[in-house]
Amino acid sequence: MRSAGDAWFKRIAFAFAASIPVLLLAIIVLLVKQSWLSIHTFGAGFIISSVWDPLADEYGALPFIYGTLVSSIIALIIAVPLGLGCALYLSEVSRSKTKEYIAVMVELLAAIPSVVYGLWGIFVLGPWIANVVQPFLRSIFGFLPIFQGPYSGLSMLSAGVILAIMVLPTITAISREVFNSVPNYLRESALALGATKWETVKIAVLGPARSGIVGAVILGLGRALGETMAVTMVIGNRPEISSSVFAPAYTLASVIANEFAEAVSDINLAVLIELGLVLLFITVVVNGIARLMVWRLTSKVKARP
Amino acid sequence: MIKKALGVICAGLLTASMASAVVINGAGATFPYPLYLKLNTEYQKATGKQINYQGIGSGGGIRQFTAGTTDFGGTDAAMTEKEIADAGGDVLHIPTVMGAVAVSYNLPGVKDIKLDAGVLADIFLGKIKNWDHSAIAALNPGVSFPNKPILVAHRSDGSGTTDIFTNYLARVSTSWAAKVGAGKAVKWPVGVGGKGNAGVAGVIKVNEGAIGYVELSYAMENGLSVALLKNRAGKFIRPTLDSTSAAAAGALEAEKTRKMVNSGDFRISLCNAPGKDSYPIVGLTWLIVHKNQKNAEKGKILKDYLRWVVTTGQKYAPELLYAPLPETVKNKVVSAIDGIKI
Amino acid sequence: MTRNIKEKIYLLIVFAFTLIAVIPLISVISYVFLQGISAINWDFFTRLPVPFGDPGGGMGNAIVGTFIVVGLACVVGLPIGIFGGIWLALYGNNKKGFVIRYAADVLSSIPTIVIGIFAYVLIVLVMKRFSALAGGFALGIIMIPTVTRTTEEMVKMVPRTLFEAGLALGLPEWKVIMRIIFRTAWSGIFTGIMLSVARITGETAPLLFTAFNSMYWNFAVDQPTATMTVQIYNYAISPFAQWHAKAWAGSLTLMFIVLGVTLLVRKFSRRVHYG
Repeated sequence: MRSAGDAWFKRIAFAFAASIPVLLLAIIVLLVKQSWLSIHTFGAGFIISSVWDPLADEYGALPFIYGTLVSSIIALIIAVPLGLGCALYLSEVSRSKTKEYIAVMVELLAAIPSVVYGLWGIFVLGPWIANVVQPFLRSIFGFLPIFQGPYSGLSMLSAGVILAIMVLPTITAISREVFNSVPNYLRESALALGATKWETVKIAVLGPARSGIVGAVILGLGRALGETMAVTMVIGNRPEISSSVFAPAYTLASVIANEFAEAVSDINLAVLIELGLVLLFITVVVNGIARLMVWRLTSKVKARP
Repeated sequence: MIKKALGVICAGLLTASMASAVVINGAGATFPYPLYLKLNTEYQKATGKQINYQGIGSGGGIRQFTAGTTDFGGTDAAMTEKEIADAGGDVLHIPTVMGAVAVSYNLPGVKDIKLDAGVLADIFLGKIKNWDHSAIAALNPGVSFPNKPILVAHRSDGSGTTDIFTNYLARVSTSWAAKVGAGKAVKWPVGVGGKGNAGVAGVIKVNEGAIGYVELSYAMENGLSVALLKNRAGKFIRPTLDSTSAAAAGALEAEKTRKMVNSGDFRISLCNAPGKDSYPIVGLTWLIVHKNQKNAEKGKILKDYLRWVVTTGQKYAPELLYAPLPETVKNKVVSAIDGIKI
Repeated sequence: MTRNIKEKIYLLIVFAFTLIAVIPLISVISYVFLQGISAINWDFFTRLPVPFGDPGGGMGNAIVGTFIVVGLACVVGLPIGIFGGIWLALYGNNKKGFVIRYAADVLSSIPTIVIGIFAYVLIVLVMKRFSALAGGFALGIIMIPTVTRTTEEMVKMVPRTLFEAGLALGLPEWKVIMRIIFRTAWSGIFTGIMLSVARITGETAPLLFTAFNSMYWNFAVDQPTATMTVQIYNYAISPFAQWHAKAWAGSLTLMFIVLGVTLLVRKFSRRVHYG
């Protein structure tokens, strides 16, 4: 027999559980409501306009969308090979004790607060990029427009590098999980056929794990897109689409961090909230895709013993 | 266990919130922030009253004041009539100190460069891209400039310092007025954005070849080089306390300005003031308060504080490189503060 | 290329990439430690920030403020996360459960700065004041998905037999859940909570326009409050060397807390969840 206490407990627990979708809905509704002035004034053209002129109250989101996407893509170009290499080391290559230490270190990278990365970015990474990395890149690839222009520590490149460091743990940890979920008999069959370690990995691990790896990469992308403080501190905060990665840029998250408390006019505030809405939309879609891919793989194959 | 922990946390927070003293919260201009930090610390030592001021930019100062999230605001750009109406109409501008906006740069070994309005505008318009440009060299005979690209640093937030600086450029350069204009936030033709005066000074400090505009104390306390600017009398003037005060004296000679001050409107401009020793980019900074205070306790504290700032507090200004208010203005300000209704 | 050479290149690349991956960590930790240690002293933990030019001072108020804001976040986030997780584990195997789980997933992918906007509009604008409460509310929302997910997983891991044994004793279901199942799952749930606390302790973006900042000691939840991360940010972007030193020292303190919690929790539990 069910007691009244049980019914109440269930109701209370459900109320708390149900508050999660309610909160989510409230966030979306409130953001739409608060940015309505901007949505109404600029319409769909807002997304593709690159004007940012607070004096004339004309705003467009494109430079920020561009900065957000490009800095995240640079981060992936750097972090994906590193993260996969690291995950291979942890799951396929090393059998030693060092492996555990490396795993902990990569996990700790994820625990360092964003603002500390930013501090380090201003004083250590930025100058290194301006004095070493950019001259090096220009000396070799200077014929490409993306590596032209004056050197600067406050640049799209700095933001990309710092984001790469921040998404590295995500990509490593999830790829490692995905590799571990590849059944062992695949590896054993490859080895039994006389394959080398590399051939085994190529055939028996990377192949079956492909969609999981893509999921890990997209999940890393999701994290990079919404990252705020570290990027704000090194990207140079300039709403312009430049062909060079040495030039400063701006992201959706960092323009909100910089200007939200100090928006000049009502429409300016509404614009910033709409930028938040755009950011929310992009990250939710990207994360949704990633989760679907990781989930499809890890639920299909059983974990290896 | 979890309940117990939550209980302890709640109880702790409740006792904590009951123990609170009245704090007056203000936010805004970063231009006078180092001074306000000093003033408020001294004021707390002297009276025990806590005045919390945060430098978030003049645009933010006006917005948060209008939204009612702060008790007073700070700005170096006077509020427009529309902004005043949005904030309820009863806004009083209390000038606190004057400051110079220094054009600051980072070129190791190159000291005291001289610039005039045209060259300065061209640099910020992106027409002059390199330090060894002939126009810069022409103003600085005998100085050898490196072949280095110029990195323009400006504010990324709504800023009164930007307002003062762009007002100056718009007044002296027609192409600046046509292409960019003047305001707390403008569409910069070139450069990188830093948050607050501090952010811009930070950008200049760590980037060789950078040039930007910051309140004088940010430049000096930080050992940044500053440029000498050509004033209306044709002299190259270094931003200092004296050249700031000279600009104020020059501006107050104008009939119109004197009339404004006498009528209790302190939103006067000190930009490009006449006088042979006047530094051209000088501005007042204001605290903005409601003439009719709703909360009697807070209103009283605020009134006392404001009176202290424009009288006793003025002595802390020079050591942080802000110029105190001229005596004639000061008396008018005190009577304006006395007129605040609680 | 022979197979042998390919094999060598593969191993070389894997080792090299792993090495490169840990360099940033070593660099960040050593810089924070070396730069920070010189500015750390007793005053740093017990004194208020001082104006530029005055010697000494610290960020005692920001350290206290961080604890208050994180405490408030727990008050907001834990009940929802824990009871939500329990409900999902025990009664959530249906359409409602799917919707709630999905919402938690979406919530966890929302950038924290957007949560900050939400807290500003909902609390700061309504209360007409920046406050520790608004900051705690924002951080609390950020905690919810992680705590919900961990609780659900941990409760699900408790063997069904334990539940039935409790019922057989004649206890009402809710008592069995709270006394037996929740207690059994507690150590795992606690791990999730602590990792989540460590994460929000390091958050800056949602605090910029909610908890705001203060020059003074503040113990009132309805007042603006200083926090370590915002203070580090303000000092970091300042031009003053004296303040930079404080930013490094603050980072060292913050890292000590955050990494300390992470490592401790990791030591005591094998399974680590990141939200």
